[in-house]
Amino acid sequence: MGKRTVIPFGPQHPVLPEPIHLDLVLEDETVVDVIPSIGYIHRGLEKLCETKDYNKMVYVIERICGICSFGHGWGASAAIEGAMGVEIPDRAEYLRTILHELSRVHSHLLWLGLMADAFGFESLFNHCWRIRETVLDLFEKNTGGRVIFSICKPGGMRKDISNENLKEMADILNGLKAEIKEITDVFINDASVVNRMTGVGVLTKEEAMELCAVGPTVRGSGVAQDLRLAEGHGAYHELGFEPIVEEAGDCMARTVVRIREVFQSIELIDKAVAQIPDGPVDCKVPKTVDGEFAVRLEQPRGEAFYYAKGAGSKFLKRMRVRTPTNINIPALVKMLGGSDLADVPVLVLTIDPCISCTER
Amino acid sequence: MSKAYVTKSPWVVHYDGSSCNGCDIEVLACLMPMYDVERFGIINCGNPKHADVFLVTGSVNEQNKDVVKQIYDQMPEPKVVVAVGICACSGGIFKDCYNVLGGVDQVIPVDAYVPGCAARPEAIIDAVVKGLGILQAKRNAMVEAIEAPAAPVVKSASVQNVPPIFTMAEVKVNTMDHLKK
Repeated sequence: MGKRTVIPFGPQHPVLPEPIHLDLVLEDETVVDVIPSIGYIHRGLEKLCETKDYNKMVYVIERICGICSFGHGWGASAAIEGAMGVEIPDRAEYLRTILHELSRVHSHLLWLGLMADAFGFESLFNHCWRIRETVLDLFEKNTGGRVIFSICKPGGMRKDISNENLKEMADILNGLKAEIKEITDVFINDASVVNRMTGVGVLTKEEAMELCAVGPTVRGSGVAQDLRLAEGHGAYHELGFEPIVEEAGDCMARTVVRIREVFQSIELIDKAVAQIPDGPVDCKVPKTVDGEFAVRLEQPRGEAFYYAKGAGSKFLKRMRVRTPTNINIPALVKMLGGSDLADVPVLVLTIDPCISCTER
Repeated sequence: MSKAYVTKSPWVVHYDGSSCNGCDIEVLACLMPMYDVERFGIINCGNPKHADVFLVTGSVNEQNKDVVKQIYDQMPEPKVVVAVGICACSGGIFKDCYNVLGGVDQVIPVDAYVPGCAARPEAIIDAVVKGLGILQAKRNAMVEAIEAPAAPVVKSASVQNVPPIFTMAEVKVNTMDHLKK
């Protein structure tokens, strides 16, 4: 047994855009133990939600995370709608589905770029983010924001997106497919990338189930768990698709899951735009919230859980959010055990960590 | 100290205080081909010891204020701090949260503020370019301070000749008397 060394990783680290601290216990070059510590970014957002009325609260909830902000707005709105017993119009469900899938495209492209940065492939990083800008332009055109959209509200959507704009969105995304393919082929075929990711950080099916991993992390280990199909929210049940599953359980498998999901999301947007019904995008909601409701939503990173409880006033008594990275940290610790020190950045990024979601 | 290096190629270091990621990805988006700040010679480096400009996103809290301070202290002079996003300016929407102390200026001096939620890349670039002017001014001040002739030290004879008000012996006696009482 070699001498043990503890190497601190983070909170400020070139590969981490966000602060998380890991104490890596090393024996020679091998990581034998990992002690994660979080709390650098905790704001107390759930408490803040209780001091805002439910309409303003959605603005706060969206700011849990700037990457999947639309999903958070949707989750909170859906939880409040559930507590009120309100059914929103079909067109609003379709619009939410389309924007959520567009968020997934942007989130996965962002992650692919960061992953390329983690193994030092700078030009690939730049190309991923170059393509992502086109998606952000679509967001800006249709919602008004690049990062925070504030287009979701309890009872539907704040504004409609015209059918022409939706059609144009689908066309631009379809045109983007060839460019995305060009980039993702590098991830799948380039020897330097493949060597860096194949067989690294293997999470078996049993381990993934036992550690309750979610999202692409669990789908990369051969478990077909996709809440878009299981929960029946949005318009997903009318779009007809299969969850994307890879069997290997290593970094490569998780990357391939995300790459395939980018194309799947574009297809889903295509179908949704073709099927979207006309009609209103919002409905009347009661002034006060009574009762409680929980919603599970498939975010780009996995399962997110929203729980709203009202007590007969316009303020919520409790708003609880559980986010995917929070659930995936045990899986990350498992993957890091026994890995090389040089693989740590790649492994940390492989769960697509979103620390501001985790700590709120 | 070479004259051109700071203004021709300022390096930035980025730290996420407690932002929602929105401003962080916009900071990174600045470095990407669409906005491409590398045309100004700006490079994002992970090491505070190599950096001239410190981009902070998000507000500060009890846990991260030491981290922000440490990164600031590790940066060599002259340096510029840019607070990116409304959270870094004042706390923004999270101002009333129990775990938020406020803007970054609670902990370190800030030279440029970029409002916005999330701050737009154009605004971030504008702030960094404005920061370069401040960096140059700070550098000039440093050069002046080094090159200026040392001020002559004037020894004032009168100060040395003033008799002490108390002698140590008197103080001792007074104290002992006081204690005895």
